[in-house]
Amino acid sequence: MLKRLVRDLKATMGIYQAREDRVYGLLAEFEHPGALLKAARTVRMAGYKHFDTHSPFPIHGMDKAMGLGQSKVGYITFLGGATGLALATWLQWWTSAVDYPINISGKPFFAIEPSIPIMFELTVLFSALFAVGGMLLLNGLPRPYNPLFYSRAFARVTDDAFFLHVAASDRQFDLEGTEALLRDAQAQHVEVIHDHGYSELHA
Amino acid sequence: MADTHTTDAPHQEAPLVTGNLGIREITQLVSYHTEKRPPSTWYMAFAVSSTLLAVLLVMIAYLFWNGVGVWGNNNPVGWGWPIVNFVFWVGIGHAGTLISAILFLFRQRWRTAINRSAEAMTLFAVICALLFPTIHVGRVWVIYWTLPLPNQMEMWPQFKSPLLWDVFAVSVYFTVSLIFWYVGLIPDLGTLRDRARSAFRRRIMAFFALGWTGANRHWRNYEKTYLLLAALATPLVLSVHSVVSFDFAVSIIPGWHTTIFPPYFVAGAIFSGFAMVMTLLIIARKVYGIRNIITMDHLEKMAIIILVTGTMVGFAYITEFFIAWYSQVEYEQYAFLNRATGPYAWAYWIMMSCNLLFPQFFWIKRLRRSIPFLFITSIIVNIGMWFERFVITVISLHRDFLPSSWDYFNPTIVDILTLIGSFGLFLTLFLIFLRFLPMVAMAEVKMVLPEADPHHYEKH
Repeated sequence: MLKRLVRDLKATMGIYQAREDRVYGLLAEFEHPGALLKAARTVRMAGYKHFDTHSPFPIHGMDKAMGLGQSKVGYITFLGGATGLALATWLQWWTSAVDYPINISGKPFFAIEPSIPIMFELTVLFSALFAVGGMLLLNGLPRPYNPLFYSRAFARVTDDAFFLHVAASDRQFDLEGTEALLRDAQAQHVEVIHDHGYSELHA
Repeated sequence: MADTHTTDAPHQEAPLVTGNLGIREITQLVSYHTEKRPPSTWYMAFAVSSTLLAVLLVMIAYLFWNGVGVWGNNNPVGWGWPIVNFVFWVGIGHAGTLISAILFLFRQRWRTAINRSAEAMTLFAVICALLFPTIHVGRVWVIYWTLPLPNQMEMWPQFKSPLLWDVFAVSVYFTVSLIFWYVGLIPDLGTLRDRARSAFRRRIMAFFALGWTGANRHWRNYEKTYLLLAALATPLVLSVHSVVSFDFAVSIIPGWHTTIFPPYFVAGAIFSGFAMVMTLLIIARKVYGIRNIITMDHLEKMAIIILVTGTMVGFAYITEFFIAWYSQVEYEQYAFLNRATGPYAWAYWIMMSCNLLFPQFFWIKRLRRSIPFLFITSIIVNIGMWFERFVITVISLHRDFLPSSWDYFNPTIVDILTLIGSFGLFLTLFLIFLRFLPMVAMAEVKMVLPEADPHHYEKH
């Protein structure tokens, strides 16, 4: 139960478990973003959950095609902003009114007005740090090892190639059936990704 | 649909990338420069800039050994050139954030070609800016007193001082700009990793690319984060120069104690920053042959922003004068008359003509599209903006409330060489950036190509 929860959580980050026979998934290449978008829709309609598209730039409409909701980064960022604001308020109040009050030109030891610049700055700082930290966490990055890197064709994913990857951890995954589905969706070629150091090309 | 002639029709956007470049050509054109030996002009520029950097280091060492007496700073003019340079450099930085964050929020898609280099410029300008107040404090070994660190004296920084707000504002600005820039770089570092021929280069790039695979699940969170960072950087950049202006405006010196300062400083910062971006990009696009990515249209749009912000700054100069007269405060009126007609009138009129008059030529379209004219004007604007900070800082201070201490401020050779040296630091960092990192955000430029739209393929 807990194991499956962790596995599904990792799947949302794009980290999938290989099968017992070390098959990690099927990687299909598509000609252009339009074909990839259609293929993603097809794969989703067929009921797959553990799949992802890979492209050199974000493709408009892909989140909808894959059935993904809103990103959660916003909530994490808000949490960061609240932390920063609270910290800045506490820091200025505690240091100048509690721990070591110093009378400066008869001004109050603590007041909101002169505290605003630092409250603002720390709110922005913590929001930004939480946003990036949250993004990396939700994406499961940094991830130095990824079986997809065994594929030679996959090196072009950051240049001009478009891929769809169906993970073997998906319940519906079946080497022949899934490959046929991908070929029906106009994949240019499909390759099986293994999790131990080689990939074979089904030309 | 397919023809790519430039059009000014408002309903039809002119192509952002010219020369019929495709996805693959963009990768090639941009990555190539980080992979081959740089052109000989790069080596020449690097030789000059690193020499200037060495001058800066020698000047700093000399300063640390002898103390701030080596500068022209004296009793009424306690701030002198270091603070002039600080405000100058931090202002330069603002254009990068404006391009990367504010234009992003306004959906100005043309920014994709220039945002990477402009953000890099921001970082390097802020590094130069942070240097000056640090060395200006005199006892540089206790600079950490500006941070709220527990210490043996059990004392804390004074949070009611604008100078301390400045420490927070500029260092937060640097940190946020750095992570914004790095987040933007991740997909492109992935590209460099996948193109790398040697295992060593691949390892380095793979380390910084964090295992990026262009997965849509990742793009989804990534794009949201980028949007949020832009939304955070926008008020941040406006706050930074506002806080810098508080250093002046919160004091009671005539000429400084005005409420117009925050917006006036922000406009001036964007103005000078765009001029610096223009100077650097005119050189870079020529040397690196990326004129189809950083096009004439980009330069023209920047010229328009320079025209707008320059006019805003000029309007602020005139408003200051009007308010000095209107306030009926004798000291305020004297401060401004002294600026325009006193011993530093030459500096004041350099500022006025460089910042208010010269940009007005940009009303003429032909001049907005003339590379030599753009280049010269961008340099003139930066000279003008340095003099603006000189006028505000030095002229306001040199005649204080006690006429017996009035004098003419003169910089020393150390002042001058430190300023020149700071350009060495800036340019050296920028050249290292051009050599090792993609100077154009490849993933973002690909996104604005017609081929990136999934519906582009349906009609053919």
